[in-house]
Parts: sequence; structure tokens; C-alpha cells
Amino acid sequence: MKVVVSIKRVVDHNIRVRPKADGSDVDTANLKMSINPFDEHAVEEAVRLKEAGVVSEVVAVTIGHAQHQDVLRHALAMGADRAILIDGDADLSSRATAKVLLAIAQREQPDLFLLGKQAIDADAAETGQMLAALWNVGQGTFASRIVINGGKALVTREVDGGQETVELALPAVVTADLRLNEPRYLKLPNLMQAKKKPLETLSLAELGVDTSSHLQLVKVEEPPARAPGIKVASVQELVEKLRHDARISL
Amino acid sequence: MSTLVIAEHDEQRVRASTRSAITAAAVSGDAIDVLVAGENISAVAEQIARLKGVRRVRVADDAAYARPLAENLAPLITGIAGEYQAIVSAATSFGKNLLPRVAALLDTDMVSEVTAIIDSTTFVRPIYAGHLNATVRNTAPLKIFTVRATAFEPAIEDEATAVIEPLAAGETSSLARWVSSEIQKSERPELSTARVVISGGRSLGSAEKFQQLLAPLANRLNAAIGATRAAVDAGIAPNEYQVGQTGTVVAPDLYIAVGVSGATQHIAGIKDSRVIVAINHDPDAQIFQWADYGLVADLFESVTELEKSLTH
Ligand SMILES: Cc1cc2nc3c(=O)[nH]c(=O)nc-3n(C[C@H](O)[C@H](O)[C@H](O)COP(=O)(O)OP(=O)(O)OC[C@H]3O[C@@H](n4cnc5c(N)ncnc54)[C@H](O)[C@@H]3O)c2cc1C
Repeated sequence: MKVVVSIKRVVDHNIRVRPKADGSDVDTANLKMSINPFDEHAVEEAVRLKEAGVVSEVVAVTIGHAQHQDVLRHALAMGADRAILIDGDADLSSRATAKVLLAIAQREQPDLFLLGKQAIDADAAETGQMLAALWNVGQGTFASRIVINGGKALVTREVDGGQETVELALPAVVTADLRLNEPRYLKLPNLMQAKKKPLETLSLAELGVDTSSHLQLVKVEEPPARAPGIKVASVQELVEKLRHDARISL
Repeated sequence: MSTLVIAEHDEQRVRASTRSAITAAAVSGDAIDVLVAGENISAVAEQIARLKGVRRVRVADDAAYARPLAENLAPLITGIAGEYQAIVSAATSFGKNLLPRVAALLDTDMVSEVTAIIDSTTFVRPIYAGHLNATVRNTAPLKIFTVRATAFEPAIEDEATAVIEPLAAGETSSLARWVSSEIQKSERPELSTARVVISGGRSLGSAEKFQQLLAPLANRLNAAIGATRAAVDAGIAPNEYQVGQTGTVVAPDLYIAVGVSGATQHIAGIKDSRVIVAINHDPDAQIFQWADYGLVADLFESVTELEKSLTH
């Protein structure tokens, strides 16, 4: 069984981003970049499936330029067998990304395509579902558990108010939630080994995918700040302030 | 032209977030149809028919829709999409799972988690865990979007009743099969729409202490209970309590954060609350930068004292 995992390189989750001075976009210049946390969980799951003997090959893929290789090396160090860099603009719409990933799915013919449930930059949570639609396969979104058995995937999903389990025919698309697993820490030898693993570059043009989009970014701005608050000295003062200043009926 | 809202329900009641989606759909001024799919859902259809702004309720009542599988619902929606200029749902786990599948089948980009509608083509949505707002223009002929329920008031009932029409089931798929659900039934208000929310962090220590400390205050205030991811990961609170970027987004009148450090990802889910109260023993905790009222104190003593002082 083969798994493809797609990953995105994003501004590290500990970094606070700001708009560009002209408000035309997010200013990401010179910020620390990392593998999208949800994608890291997706890679971890793929590698665990391999370690459990369920999967024989794990392929990591990202869209971007030469500097995006670092997240692929990260996935290789975690245990992916090989990586594909699709050389092109990383800032595609979810639909365009899904089309590119569809081309990879058709080329690689995996049994399972894993993604993070959302990328922490755009926070859209769309790409996995779009890929599943275009590929005409089932989707297990927001997954906290994956069991592969008898040519099917049993996927437990985190939904509002609780959990739901669905059974998907393979191939299928599954998007990872944070509780799917605990990603491993990388050690130096892993990183050294990763350097020797194959990393292939395909050009976006070669894949022949139309990446045009209906969406235009008009502006990016910080939301209005909240008025500064105060510290209260006691529970009693808190209750008084809530009742009289904040006019909350308690 | 008109707008199609996709309803979410539990077979008895339409979810409050769907009512918010109807309000968002009404911004365009176009007629609103609501699609409700499920099995034995006439009561839900009747509720929706009474909501303000709804012209027509289209009811796909069929065993195939007994569980809201995107694989089955998406073709039902794409089958009637040509009649609409916009398709909307709430950005709940249901809507987020479904609408991207619909959009891709229609070869259309979509806009997720909309918090403001500027005009029929221009939308505002939070990015980077709500640190920034992006204004996006959607030039697609068919606008597909999900809305953040807390940003739009739920549609209320009015005198007029919309027509209810059956909609024939579409093709069903063998790609996915529902196996089981574990949905926690609670007497408390739903987290995403509660007027008061009390959240606890991992410092509450254990599931027993979490409930013992927060439940009496929540009962007293008719509040929903939330939690940080750290509390959920530590097994102190159930998954569905998680508030934040990757949990539920809330915007109550009153949010009380108990032993919560105020990490970016948690703030993303609470910063549109009207009043934020924080109880934390660390005077430098980040949460105080967001709190309207901060109490630097031990949480175990303060929460009990707060509950008692409200009772007397
Ligand atoms: C991709 C990603 C997504 C995430 N999504 C979310 C999300 O959706 N929601 C979320 O909440 N987090 C999320 N997180 C995790 C987040 O970064 C924080 O780790 C988490 O919110 C911290 O939870 P906490 O406040 O309970 O714990 P801590 O950060 O450990 O804080 C505990 C606080 O309790 C206080 N305290 C301890 N004892 C007492 C006492 N006796 N009395 C009073 N105060 C006390 C301490 O001073 C401290 O401020 C996410 C992280 C990542 C990387």
C-alpha cells in the first residue's frame, strides 16, 4: 500500500505576523518558516502506518520553490521514503492546489492521500475535501484515528459535539487533526539520512494543471484592537464591575 | 436569482448556526431557499419555514441522507446549484466538510469562514488564527461560502411561512459509509452560541476537578463549558469542549477563562466575546492582555468564591 502526504510550508505557529505596510498582503519576509503543524501529524500517521507494516511506501509532496525543500527534508527525516517538489507558486487557491494534488494522485496512484485538515496561514480547511471531490473518492476529514483493514479505511472524525466514524473505500483522502497522533522529535541522524533520500522536482507547467483562481486578495489588515482591560483586586470587585460597568445580568 | 442555504440539524431541530447562515445569506437581498436533507425531517422543515427571510424550504427526505455524508450530499447540491447565484452554510464541522466538496465538483473557488460581507462579491475572513483579516473578492459566477456563526445574528421566526417542497434524492455513493457517532448530549447551551462560556485550562489538574469546579458556576450562569487544547490533550476535558483556532469559535456576552494562559490559538476562538474575564495566578499571563477584567488569584479559591457570591 502506498501513501502520499502533502505538506505546506507556513510561517511558524509561534510567530506573530503583520500586514505589509500597504496592506496588500501578509508580510512574511524573513520570518521563521516551518512545516504546517497539521501536515506534520499527517506525515507522522503515514510513517506509523509504514512502521506497522500496513504501508510499504510514503511519498511526501509540496508545492513551492527551492527553499521549500526544507519541509520535504523534514518529512523524509520523519520517515517518508521519497519526496516530490512541485516547482511553482506556493500561494495557490485551495482549488488550484487540489488540482495539482490530483495530478500527483493520478501519477502516483496511492491507496491513501493524507493532508493536514487546514493550513495555519489561510485557515481555510478546503484542500482535502476538494481533492477528494476531483479524484472522486471518499473523504475522512478532521481525523483523530485511522484504521486500515480489508481494503477500507475506518476514520474517526472530530465533529461538533463529539466524534463520528466513517468507513471509506480505498483510495481515499484523509485530513489530519492534531489528536491523530503525537509527531516524533527529529534527531540528527534522521536529518542526515534524509539528505540521502530521493527528492524529485517536477515543474508545475509539466503537470499541465490550470491554476487560475476566482479569488483576488483585496487587502489584509489587523482586526480592531480590544479596548484595554483592568485588573480587579477581588472576586467581589469583579462581580460589581460585571454587573454595573459591563451591564451583565448575573 | 436566489441564494441556497444548506441546513444542519439533529432531526429534531435546526442548528442555531444555520439560522446565522440565513442571516448572512439575506445580506445580498436575494430570495433565500434552504435545503434540508435527512430522514423524517418534516419538523425541521417546518421550523425553517417560519424563519425570517426564507422563501422556500427544499426537503430531501430519504434514508440516504440519514447521516450527513458529504459524498452523498454534494451531488444533491450540485444537481440544483444551477438555480442559484450563491450557496451558503455555516462554518461548522458539517459545513466545512461539505461545501469544499461541492465547490470542487462545480470547479469553483470558495471563501470559508466569512465574518463580514461587504457586497455580493467581497468578503472578509480571518487568517493566521484571527491575527489578521483578509478582504477577498470572489469573481466566480456562483459564490460558495461558509460563514462564522458568531458573526451573524441567528434569523428569528416571523409571521410569514415559506413554502415547503420535496426534492428528489440524488445519486448515492458507495465511497463512504457511516459507522457510528458519539455525540455528547448536554443539558447546557451549545458552546458556539451560548451567551456565557466558562473555559478551563490544564491547570485544573484532572477531569474530576475540572467538573467539580466549573459545573456549579456554569449551572448558576446557564453557561456552556469550554477548555484549552492543553486541557483536552491532558484528558481533563472532552474533545468537543476545545475552544480556539482548531476548536470551536465562541463570541458570548461573557467569557470566563479559568487558568488559561492565553496562547494565540486559544485567543483566536474568544477574541470577539463582548466581555472577557480571566482568572490566573500569574500576573504576566498573556490572557490579561485580552481580558476586560483580570483577577490575579488562585483559581481554585476564586471560582468557588465567585459561584457563592452569585448565589447569595
Ligand atoms: C496548530 C496549533 C493549534 C492549536 N489550537 C488550539 C486551540 O484551538 N485551542 C487552544 O486552547 N489551544 C490550541 N493550541 C495550543 C496552545 O498553543 C496552548 O498550548 C494552549 O492553549 C495552552 O493551554 P492552557 O492555557 O490550558 O495551558 P498553559 O499554557 O500551560 O497555561 C496554564 C495557565 O494556568 C495558570 N495557572 C496554573 N495554576 C493556576 C492556579 N492554581 N490558579 C490560577 N492560574 C493557574 C498558569 O499561570 C498558566 O497561565 C494549538 C497549538 C497549535 C500548535
